[in-house]
Amino acid sequence: MKREPPRSLADYAPLAFPAVMLVVFFVVPFSTMIAVSFFRRQQGGFYTPDFVVDNYARFLTTFFGGVLGFSLMLAIMVALVCVAIAFPFTFLLAQTKRRVQIVWLVVMLSVLSLSEVIIGFAWSTLFSRTAGITNLFVWLGLMSEPQALVPGFGAVLTGMVYQALPYTVLVLYPAIVRLDPTLTEAARTLGASPLLAFFNVIVPTLRNTIVATLIMVFVFALGSYLLPQILGRPQHWTLSVLITDQAIYQSNMPFAAAMAVFLVLISLSLVALTLFVGRRETA
Amino acid sequence: MKRILSRLYLALVGLLLALPLVVVAGVSVNEKQSLTFPPEGFSLAWYTQIFADSGWRSALVNSVVLAASAAALAVAIAFPLAWFLWRRIAPWANIFQVLGLAPFILPPVITALGMLTFWATLGFYGQPWTAAISHAIFFVTLPLVTLSLGFSSIDRPLVEAASTMGADERTVLRTVVLPLILPYVISGYAFAFVLSLNEYIVAYMTVGFTMETLPIKIFNALRYGYTPTMASVSIFFVAIAAIVFGLIAHFGDLPRLLGAMDSTDK
Repeated sequence: MKREPPRSLADYAPLAFPAVMLVVFFVVPFSTMIAVSFFRRQQGGFYTPDFVVDNYARFLTTFFGGVLGFSLMLAIMVALVCVAIAFPFTFLLAQTKRRVQIVWLVVMLSVLSLSEVIIGFAWSTLFSRTAGITNLFVWLGLMSEPQALVPGFGAVLTGMVYQALPYTVLVLYPAIVRLDPTLTEAARTLGASPLLAFFNVIVPTLRNTIVATLIMVFVFALGSYLLPQILGRPQHWTLSVLITDQAIYQSNMPFAAAMAVFLVLISLSLVALTLFVGRRETA
Repeated sequence: MKRILSRLYLALVGLLLALPLVVVAGVSVNEKQSLTFPPEGFSLAWYTQIFADSGWRSALVNSVVLAASAAALAVAIAFPLAWFLWRRIAPWANIFQVLGLAPFILPPVITALGMLTFWATLGFYGQPWTAAISHAIFFVTLPLVTLSLGFSSIDRPLVEAASTMGADERTVLRTVVLPLILPYVISGYAFAFVLSLNEYIVAYMTVGFTMETLPIKIFNALRYGYTPTMASVSIFFVAIAAIVFGLIAHFGDLPRLLGAMDSTDK
């Protein structure tokens, strides 16, 4: 049974259910959201069909600019830290035995699937005064008394790095595991130290993979909506938090939708950039 | 020397990943209702509380029912799509694959908000089944990816042989394709199940005010007062995820599922 083009209408039948589901429950909701972003807000949490750009005009306020700037800066930091930790990690992981790799992959998947709520709770406990890591520092004599490290920017950044690290490893894993092992061997035979071989041969070879991963992790970090709330102060809120806040607590759906559309545009253009970078690598 | 340094680095990252979970595990066995680490006394009472307390139990049941039905629906959407893309040459049908991948790549808050406006417009806002459909769409990416991989690993001559011997489309699907693809169906289901179990924002925006799933319940508890049950539930969830992924690794080929092309060497 070769792969062949569909000839009759019946050949298309398997496509019917997935197509209907994806169009009705993804394309339509998505379009509804775009439509709502142009609606006019009514007092009391309702909105009426209209075509106004007021919701988008609010982007020009300094408050929104501040939140946007902070979100982008935070996501960039998370992406840089994650790739800096995960790249050597994945490289070393790829050199271990298959059994060891599998154990690590199970660990990565388990942490990746953890609810943001659980990650937030775990780090707020670890950074708390009564049950936190500072108790360990006191015991070691590094600090005089335990203190709370939440809420704060450091806590938000740590929590988000923790959340994105397994994702980074899993994005890097295929590219690194498929890397030709003779590359390092050749460098070593020619007299390079392991560290030199890593920075002068491996890193440049995978430059495009690293760029693509940075962008993927950046988009992933942009989506974090609970950690800034649980581990940070209101000034650490990101665009995702603001969207939730406007939609649920301020009942301003049109403005929330406008911000979501904006977030989609940022994400999509970055994903497109990743595909572009990836294509250049294969070419 | 190199080996020791390499192990040290792996261990350090492992420590970073384990540290918050160790503290939560410690907190979860506190005898009294206090947030202290190291734990004072030892008690597993907070684990029995997950099943004994009616609030936590119903949240657990809600979450499991939601995850089980959402994952089933996700597989039901992904299977015919992946099969069609493998069986037929229809380039335009790839648009549906892109649609299936999109919700997972975009920030989750976008899918959540889209679902909220959609269900609110239709007037079904808050119905439990809307969360199941929303999760199925949100996580359809996972079975779609595992199934596409599974189909691509099927030897086409095998299928051709069956059809040359006179098997019709349906028989080929049932006797040749299905047994080969089953492990990928199961892992796709398992991935979607575990992630749906842990998902917060889409569930919150669709049914947050009418039904409590476990992540919603944990978040509410985090906001309105600490109870060690939060800690025991968290550890319980980590254990479920580790067991499910461990089983996938045991019965399937995890490195291959995650994109390592050649897994026969090493």
